[in-house]
Amino acid sequence: MKIAFKLAFRNLIGAGLRTWLNVIVLSFSFVVIIWMKGILVGWDHQAKNDMEQWEIGKGQFWHNQYDPYDGFTITDSHAPIPNEFKPEIEKGEMVPMLFAQGTIYPQGRMQPAMIKGIPANQTLLKIPTHKLDSVTDVIPAIIGEVMARSSHLEKGSRVVLRWRDSKGTFDAAEIEIVDIFSTTVPTIDVAQVWINLETMQEKLLLPEQATLFSFANAEENRPAVGDFRLKTKKELTAEIDAMIKTKSKGQSVFYFILLLLAMLAIFDTQILSIFRRQKEIGTYVALGYTRQQVVTLFTVEGAMHAVLAAALAAVYGIPFFIWQSKVGFTIPMDTSEFGMAIAPTMYPIYSVGLILSTTLIVLLTTSVVSYWPARRIAKMNPTEALRGKIQ
Amino acid sequence: MENSAIIQINQLIKRFPMGKGEFTALKGINLDFGTGEFAGLIGPSGSGKTTLLNIIGSLDMPTEGEAVVLGKPISKLSSKESAKLRKESLGFIFQSYNLLQVHTVFENVEFPLLLLDYTTAERKKMVMDALEWVGLTDKVKSKPPQLSGGECQRVAIARAMVKKPSLVLADEPTANLDAANSHNILQTMLNLNRELKTTFIFATHDEKVIGYLKRKIFLKDGLVDHEEWINQ
Ligand SMILES: Nc1ncnc2c1ncn2[C@@H]1O[C@H](COP(=O)(O)OP(=O)(O)OP(=O)(O)O)[C@@H](O)[C@H]1O
Ligand SMILES: [Mg+2]
Repeated sequence: MKIAFKLAFRNLIGAGLRTWLNVIVLSFSFVVIIWMKGILVGWDHQAKNDMEQWEIGKGQFWHNQYDPYDGFTITDSHAPIPNEFKPEIEKGEMVPMLFAQGTIYPQGRMQPAMIKGIPANQTLLKIPTHKLDSVTDVIPAIIGEVMARSSHLEKGSRVVLRWRDSKGTFDAAEIEIVDIFSTTVPTIDVAQVWINLETMQEKLLLPEQATLFSFANAEENRPAVGDFRLKTKKELTAEIDAMIKTKSKGQSVFYFILLLLAMLAIFDTQILSIFRRQKEIGTYVALGYTRQQVVTLFTVEGAMHAVLAAALAAVYGIPFFIWQSKVGFTIPMDTSEFGMAIAPTMYPIYSVGLILSTTLIVLLTTSVVSYWPARRIAKMNPTEALRGKIQ
Repeated sequence: MENSAIIQINQLIKRFPMGKGEFTALKGINLDFGTGEFAGLIGPSGSGKTTLLNIIGSLDMPTEGEAVVLGKPISKLSSKESAKLRKESLGFIFQSYNLLQVHTVFENVEFPLLLLDYTTAERKKMVMDALEWVGLTDKVKSKPPQLSGGECQRVAIARAMVKKPSLVLADEPTANLDAANSHNILQTMLNLNRELKTTFIFATHDEKVIGYLKRKIFLKDGLVDHEEWINQ
């Protein structure tokens, strides 16, 4: 085996340009695959981070009835804030929120919206709730950029907001958009209107009540309190994982094509070199190689492309990866499909596992692709190989 | 001079499939070779020289009969066993040299040793010795494309001789060489034959080669026509 490596290396380097072309193509696949996977990992990380900072903190307590996918549950998803939570709320480590279904009427059109009450003085989440303290003669409200775009509301716009209080009575009031914030978290932006929690409790006739709480305490397995049950960060971010998974499936097709191209080049090289080097093969056999050893030699030689490619990829890939993880990469796509106001800038994350698994996959594929044509050697007649007569 | 037989060929028949039928290239060869012979298979093109040499070299199998080489019956060897025989005891020299083009002279000569259990230091010494025999110690770092035909064939001889095999098989070794180079190479082989007691068997129809042979075996249509021994 050691000889095979030595010989394969000499042969490969000796083959010159053709080897390097293959190696360049393969190293390119290497770098692109690792880079793209790194971006997905970075995106996943980033999206979860953004969600933590903007919406959920380290986790949430949900009212038992609350189901974000079922609008009808909202009306009943509230309960008095448990006393157990109050010290945390006072310390600013927990943010109570109260939700209700509502409708806004921008320029007379009717548009459903989720109204969310949040304390103006909270600092746990990045939502600029301090703006809700603005003094206006109507209710101050803030919305996200995507919502602003879809409802044609601007800073300073006034619009009628209608809701049903807890008794089932319709009520309406005018709100003023005092701020528009820009976030990559769609669930706090798309069709959401944020107002002060106290105003909300007052208007819904639900003093001291809340639908859910986001908290800062990272402690795990917090027990349910009253009507409120724990929702861990992991559960809350599961959708991000699902989205990333979908994306990564889409990317796999791309990896497959990239690898396929590189593998075709190597396959072609193998076929050609086995055909052109019959005399050499015959010579190896005459000098005492078994045909199986020659098969190994050619397989190792082909697979060595991957080793060289990994080395080359490291030469230009590592600086590129480091640079990318510093400046980040803004995905050139319409992010509004995800309800994102701005295309998030991904800072790719490359783990050892990611690099090792990619290398292993490329090495394995290359070995198989190299072995496939080389198997023919085992069936070659050495005397015919020596004469170079095999077609 | 020749004592124990290192090759015994008995009623050797070789047929090749051809179209629907078969072609009989060797029609019943009986030959013995002793240690230290400097012998040649001589005959016109198509007489079966290469075919016979390949069977002796365990690169091909007899169809019928047997060739026992260094005590090994060729027709009964597995491919592993025949590879072992070649790597330990046989050297090949080809008409077209068959050097590995991307390897240096040193690496080419070292090649057969890589398959045997020698240390790097031992290999180095053996390669340098072999290059000394053929007078190419100044070309160790060259690669075959930079060498003349005569030099290439000398590298090939060094490669065949480096492990001091019992038997060297040379198929038309001078066919691509001019007269001066041919004589040079033959003289080299003759010296090695004397010094190392290596048995040489040639396949040739080159008069220059024939002039050096101690034993001339004339083949005709797959049969031994007659033999000549040259006494010294
Ligand atoms: N693999 C093969 N298949 C079919 N016929 C073959 C094969 N190898 C050799 N022959 C035939 O066997 C006969 C002997 O061939 P061989 O190569 O041994 O001749 P040779 O004496 O070495 O001739 P030359 O001097 O031209 O090298 C030839 O007629 C050749 O066509
Ligand atoms: Mg011949």
